[in-house]
Amino acid sequence: MSLLSLRGVTKSFGGLTAVNGLSFDLIAGETVGLLGPNGSGKTTALNLISGYLPVSDGIIALSGETISTIGPERIAHRGVARTFQLVRALPSLSVGENVLAALAFRKAPVWGRQAESHIERLLADVGLAGRAAQPADSLTYIDLKRMELARALASDPQLLLLDEWLAGLNPTELRAGIALITSLRQRGITILLVEHVMDAVRALCTRCIVMNAGSKIADGPTAEVLADAEVIRAYLGDDHA
Amino acid sequence: MMKLLAALVALAALAFVPAFAGPYPLGLGIGILGYGVLATAWAMFSGPTRYISLATVAFFGLGAYTVAVLADVLPYPLVLLVAALVGLVVALIVGLATLRLAGIYFVIFTFGLTELVRQLVTYYEVNVTRTLGRYVFLPIGPEHIYWQLLALLAATLAIAFWVSRSRIGLALRVIGDDPDVASHLGVRITRTKLTLFSISCVIMTLAGAIQAPRWTYIEPSIVFNPTTSFLVVIMALLGGPNRLFGPLLGAIPLFLLFEWLSANFPNHYSIILGLLFIAIVFVLPNGVLAAGDSLWSRLTRKAVRP
Repeated sequence: MSLLSLRGVTKSFGGLTAVNGLSFDLIAGETVGLLGPNGSGKTTALNLISGYLPVSDGIIALSGETISTIGPERIAHRGVARTFQLVRALPSLSVGENVLAALAFRKAPVWGRQAESHIERLLADVGLAGRAAQPADSLTYIDLKRMELARALASDPQLLLLDEWLAGLNPTELRAGIALITSLRQRGITILLVEHVMDAVRALCTRCIVMNAGSKIADGPTAEVLADAEVIRAYLGDDHA
Repeated sequence: MMKLLAALVALAALAFVPAFAGPYPLGLGIGILGYGVLATAWAMFSGPTRYISLATVAFFGLGAYTVAVLADVLPYPLVLLVAALVGLVVALIVGLATLRLAGIYFVIFTFGLTELVRQLVTYYEVNVTRTLGRYVFLPIGPEHIYWQLLALLAATLAIAFWVSRSRIGLALRVIGDDPDVASHLGVRITRTKLTLFSISCVIMTLAGAIQAPRWTYIEPSIVFNPTTSFLVVIMALLGGPNRLFGPLLGAIPLFLLFEWLSANFPNHYSIILGLLFIAIVFVLPNGVLAAGDSLWSRLTRKAVRP
């Protein structure tokens, strides 16, 4: 059975239709890439799934239950966690408190002394062991991304939405990042990732969905989709197809 | 633990002040406690969320008016209870209406709310009861007001301490930092804000109710004076709104300063107040305690350097 399913999902901002009749399914345990040129509606699609934006039309369901009519905090409680395109740390909190914020308000909250070991383990998982007491606003860009991932994982998600989590990393960091996401996949977390780094997409995703101008133009195994003429045209223009 | 013990000892010592102090110092003590309560209660909500509320005096005045209206009808403890309920109901209504607003809109709304409440009370008094002011004759001396305010301050600090250590306190800080992230982490934003806003407003209402017998005569322009709201904001900002004792420590020197200013420069009082407000926001955006901390860490860091 599919974990996530979108049926005819549409989002309009005034006259602009950012997402137009989008339908797809994610099977539990899959890692799927959501690709497309800038402005094709990928981030909007993530925002609709996480409840950051309300849908204009269509239905989003998680494990068969509609989530497109409830707010982001209830969607989070159903097991959807995300990172943001531009890292959104909680700057006045420490690194550990950033993670605690997710532990404390998830469906099965962890709080107090019990939370400390959770925080240490989650930070260690993303390569931030021993950094809990550090102020979040003192972290480097890559470490902020790590912290944001630890925070998303602290919510204990079934479905993880990563919005260009690998963007802006240098080659060494990118390799570490890919290894990290691979380890999450092995834990059985379903991942939908918006990504422009094609090496990462090839390494991580078994399947890709491609959007252009708000609509889905391809959906299938990664190698096939990336060779698809329409996809290449959408990305690179008519001359390359 | 040591801090708690020190706080309890200080509280016990402060309870003996009326035994030694004359009427004027006792009056100053009441003023400090009153503003200490208001500033601490204000910071409980506005510190972590950074929602600057100018509605303080609306609740303060409602408390005072409740006492003025009901003092002859109900026994005093019951009057306080009714005042707290009035504060709670108004806070819930206002909260549900406004807490979706952010930034400057919230500030303006809360300021407008104070005026609205004042005008409504004035309208009711002029047109229905056909008097503008009311007399409050209660056999409650200044020392009793002092003790009640001291107890309220202790309770307010205890609540603020509990909030800062609890999940709801963390929720408030997360909301203050980034409400979108908060909702994606599962924080119930409206419920959290409404709860803390209501607690804070009920305390403000009680502060007004307890001080009502002191004036003997009250009217809307006295108990709904918007300057009080601004003073509370300055006090909390001066001391540091995100520290337990910050607002109280800001209230002490500023209250004494305002007393002195209003006695000696009654005509220029507002100008000086405005300039002070500007200076505090520019020079000490996180309060004196935070400024002291950063100065201290700068000094000690220098000392370590070879």
